[in-house]
Amino acid sequence: MSDLIDEPIQGENAPEFSVSELSGAIKRMIEGEFAHVRIKGEVGRVSRPRSGHIYLDLKDDRAVIAGVIWKGVAARLASQPEEGLEVVATGRLTTFPGQSKYQIVIEDIKPAGVGALMALLEKRKAQLQAEGLFDASRKKKIPYLPEIIGVVTSPSGAVIRDILHRLRDRFPRKVLVWPVAVQGEKCASEVANAIRGFNAMTPGGALPRPDLLIVARGGGSLEDLWGFNEEIVARAAAESAIPLISAVGHETDTTLIDYVSDQRAPTPTAAAEVAVPVRMELLAWIDQQDARLTHALTSGVTRRRDRLRDLSRALPRPDSLTEASRQKLDHLDERLPKALTAGVREREVALGKTAGRLQLATVQQRIRSEHKTLVSFTGRLRLSYERKLSQLSDRLAALDRQRLAMGYEATLKRGYAVVHSDQGVVTNKAYAETARGLEIEFQDGRLKLGNGSQKKSASKSGTPDQGSLF
Amino acid sequence: MTDTPLAEMSFEDAMRELEIVVSKLERGDVALEDSITLYQRGADLKKHCEEKLKAAEEKVAQITLGEDGTPNGLKPVEGL
Repeated sequence: MSDLIDEPIQGENAPEFSVSELSGAIKRMIEGEFAHVRIKGEVGRVSRPRSGHIYLDLKDDRAVIAGVIWKGVAARLASQPEEGLEVVATGRLTTFPGQSKYQIVIEDIKPAGVGALMALLEKRKAQLQAEGLFDASRKKKIPYLPEIIGVVTSPSGAVIRDILHRLRDRFPRKVLVWPVAVQGEKCASEVANAIRGFNAMTPGGALPRPDLLIVARGGGSLEDLWGFNEEIVARAAAESAIPLISAVGHETDTTLIDYVSDQRAPTPTAAAEVAVPVRMELLAWIDQQDARLTHALTSGVTRRRDRLRDLSRALPRPDSLTEASRQKLDHLDERLPKALTAGVREREVALGKTAGRLQLATVQQRIRSEHKTLVSFTGRLRLSYERKLSQLSDRLAALDRQRLAMGYEATLKRGYAVVHSDQGVVTNKAYAETARGLEIEFQDGRLKLGNGSQKKSASKSGTPDQGSLF
Repeated sequence: MTDTPLAEMSFEDAMRELEIVVSKLERGDVALEDSITLYQRGADLKKHCEEKLKAAEEKVAQITLGEDGTPNGLKPVEGL
């Protein structure tokens, strides 16, 4: 009975859903309610699997919604979502009943206004600058007169026309135009491809490699120019071996490529002016150089001729070189005899002076004085001599007396006699018998024994004996 | 003075050397013989520059691209 009396429990009469039913209901409700939404937020984690789809999170400070950009949509995007970028995404919500999840399928995603783009640009700038891509040392010199100029821009429109016109005015050159989209989703990849493509060409090939590149675009909004702010474009420009001039937008627009290019031109027209010199000016310059050259040579010759003339005029006559010497010679010639005479005279005077001092009287007096001395000495000498002589005479007399007393003559007085021969004194009989010229000496003379010739020779020999004694 | 053959000389280099040659000659401190050599060099440089200037010719072509974005030819550009 109790079965009949229901005591209804609160809520039990609600219909029961299966999980699938509920999930389906939620799916229908969400996808119906949010079939087209615009959502603003910051891009969180972004993943790009090889499928080409992009998975990302959109977030604010309190919530996160997962999002997906299908491949086809991703390829069309003007700017690719990056983590940290403020974006406005348009799309629809969808759920995954199998995982109790929901997500937004993004059909378009754009940076949330200029501020967001600028913030992104600043971030990229800081990064590339940190890598050194803006360094002045990386900048290549723009060739003075390029032979071939490669222009990366839209093949139609004012930009290429402005560039070609200005080139024609200044210095007609060979120009290769690489057509690219200058805005929209393809812009960045095409521009980067064009820069790399030009660098890949070989000089002098069928497609001759340019020696200067111009990447140009006319003015536009920040979004229009955004392709030139893409990193791939900036990197391609930085890697370009060919010097590159960037001319994107108007003077006030500065895009990322301007920082890495070798030179930034404010407009496409200005890029053409940077690229080539003015031919007419150069022709005029050449003429001017030619005139200067000729003038310098002629004036050099003229100057030398004038100088030569001046010098030859200033050159003295050969005569005049010797005149002074000749005059001097004359002068000396005149002075020479005078000098000689004067010299002699001078010596005469000197001699006179000396001779004056030389006086005969002095000499005579000296002679007299010396003579007196001499006389005095002579007297003394005689006295002394006589004295000595008398002394010697006395002594001689004494000695003679002594001799006489001791000599044989005295003995003769006492009766002895000496027998002489012509050979000397005869002292024995044997000798006397053979000797010739015998004489007997007595005290009063000699008595010859034999003939007178013997006596004669004896007296003859006696005389020298006497002489030799004295 | 460099001895670079003229034919290999860029316009800019030829121009720079011509300027040096002219200034040197104008200073007048070169020997007469040298000044004649210098003049000859200057005249050659001038001729070379002039030829480069006269060779100025406009020729504009647009690169045509294949499917893969690589260039496959040239086509003339007209009306610009």
